[in-house]
Amino acid sequence: MPVTTINGRGIHVDDEGFLTVYDEWDEDLGKALAAQIGIDMTDAHWKVIRFLREDFATQFETATTRRVETVGGVPTKEQFKLFPKKPQKKMAYVAGLPKPRGCV
Amino acid sequence: MTATESAPAIVPDFGDDEDTGRKLAIICSKGNLDMAYPGLILANAALGEGVETHMFFTFWGFDMITKSRMHNLQFTPAGNAAMHLPVGDVRLPQLLAPLPGMTTAATKLLKKQIADLGVPEVPDFLDQIVAAGGHLWGCRMSADMMKLEEKDLRDDVEGILTAADFIVLSNGAQLLFI
Repeated sequence: MPVTTINGRGIHVDDEGFLTVYDEWDEDLGKALAAQIGIDMTDAHWKVIRFLREDFATQFETATTRRVETVGGVPTKEQFKLFPKKPQKKMAYVAGLPKPRGCV
Repeated sequence: MTATESAPAIVPDFGDDEDTGRKLAIICSKGNLDMAYPGLILANAALGEGVETHMFFTFWGFDMITKSRMHNLQFTPAGNAAMHLPVGDVRLPQLLAPLPGMTTAATKLLKKQIADLGVPEVPDFLDQIVAAGGHLWGCRMSADMMKLEEKDLRDDVEGILTAADFIVLSNGAQLLFI
């Protein structure tokens, strides 16, 4: 499994660059990950990311766009605004989680 | 030369810089509950990948966007040789499939299975698709046949198109007929 350096820290990632170790993430790193993909974190972004982190801790799966809307309370439209074009994958990346497994 | 050189960080390529111009058009021609979902799931997935997506509803598929019908799509085991009972690998004998109440029971069961996966009902799913930037279109001939007008359809249906309009609209798109 590759180790890459972001923000001066070595982190474990998969071949694409998604983090593979849940506990290697903290909010500083999240901010740095977001910056890597051109996203400047605001409170609205953090609301999504914090939900994803908490949800993963109990579900052991990355929440899909649908779940972020129905359980996390952030409408689909806003997700597309905050994480343009490919919200599901970008949200997972910034939250240091694997790509969602679910289809919907 | 110092020894501080390091490899570039591994960051996923979300393809933001490239304009692929990829476009998908899905023709939904079925009004059975089970056959409503393939188009919805693929449209939703395509939008999540940043692909411009159009859904064109025709014939029985019109029920998916008709206000008075969209909440009541049904699933029938009749004529479906792959209809298994919820236990083991037991098939439902086709002789039993047309019995009264069977469609209602099968619809209820399918709806529950879909809901258990966190997948929305058809109208909610279309809400999500529109929120994600998807486009909905009705078919002119189906509207004429069923004597329906735009006011009978979901408000977010962008228009009723002729076959020729659809061919123009789907220029350069990948096409799926369901």
